[in-house]
Amino acid sequence: MTASNPEFEADCIRRILAGEKQLFHSLIRPCERAIYFLLLSLLRNEVEAEDAAQDTAIKVYLNLSNFRGDSQFRTWVLSIARNEGLGRLRKAASRREDSLDAQIDEQTGDYTPALLTSWREVPLEALERQELGDILRKAVEGLPPIYRNVVLLRDIEQMDVRETAAALGITEGSVKVRLHRARAMLQRDLAPRLEGFAPKRTGMFGWLKS
Amino acid sequence: MRIDCKHVWEHISGYIDGEVDQALRAEIDRHLETCEICSAVLDSTRNVVVLVADERVFELPTGFSERLHARLDRELELAGSS
Repeated sequence: MTASNPEFEADCIRRILAGEKQLFHSLIRPCERAIYFLLLSLLRNEVEAEDAAQDTAIKVYLNLSNFRGDSQFRTWVLSIARNEGLGRLRKAASRREDSLDAQIDEQTGDYTPALLTSWREVPLEALERQELGDILRKAVEGLPPIYRNVVLLRDIEQMDVRETAAALGITEGSVKVRLHRARAMLQRDLAPRLEGFAPKRTGMFGWLKS
Repeated sequence: MRIDCKHVWEHISGYIDGEVDQALRAEIDRHLETCEICSAVLDSTRNVVVLVADERVFELPTGFSERLHARLDRELELAGSS
């Protein structure tokens, strides 16, 4: 993620609207990843997410004069991306994201974590193994949509609670609750599968604090 | 106030993000000192958060950016000629 820079953005927007169209490339570039992963999360199809990301960027350009500056530029861009994604879902009628949202959110599920004792930490170097990346991706992709969206924006794109809430059109409280549940689900799902990537214990209680 | 394991699990995510208040954080820390289970749950949850956030896990498709900007170029040109 690239940190947003409101002054740069405001200056860019002013100049683009005055005719320096090529500057739009620089304006949209820091938002590319977030746009794509939000759409991938909604649409669950790489080709369609890319197509929707392109349409989003074009809509941002065409509507640039409507940006009021009362939210962060990226938040505004992501709300356009979200509308694009939801519009496509509705058109395809393949999934009912909104009603699904309500149903899942009402549930008070059991979010008990995996009570592991066999490993503590998988080091980042283990990501050199393709297999580990695949396991992590599948775990995130396997989350129910409302949880997946929040993980993608908060943990993967490192957006703050406020921005995530604005981009997804939910309250900050919902962001926190969903993120908590999502992380618990990921921990429970991944705990048994990550064990093999953790450093081996030196003895029966080798990792325990002495 | 003594808190139990379940109480700790309910606040794991907020604890990781530094969102729990000072008093609760102190309680959780005290619990973690003696509870190996919760301590492992916290470590593994934090580890999962760090791992999925690594940019090697979720990458843009190859050529994504090039294709996006090429399409934008065509659109900007079109907008310019209208």
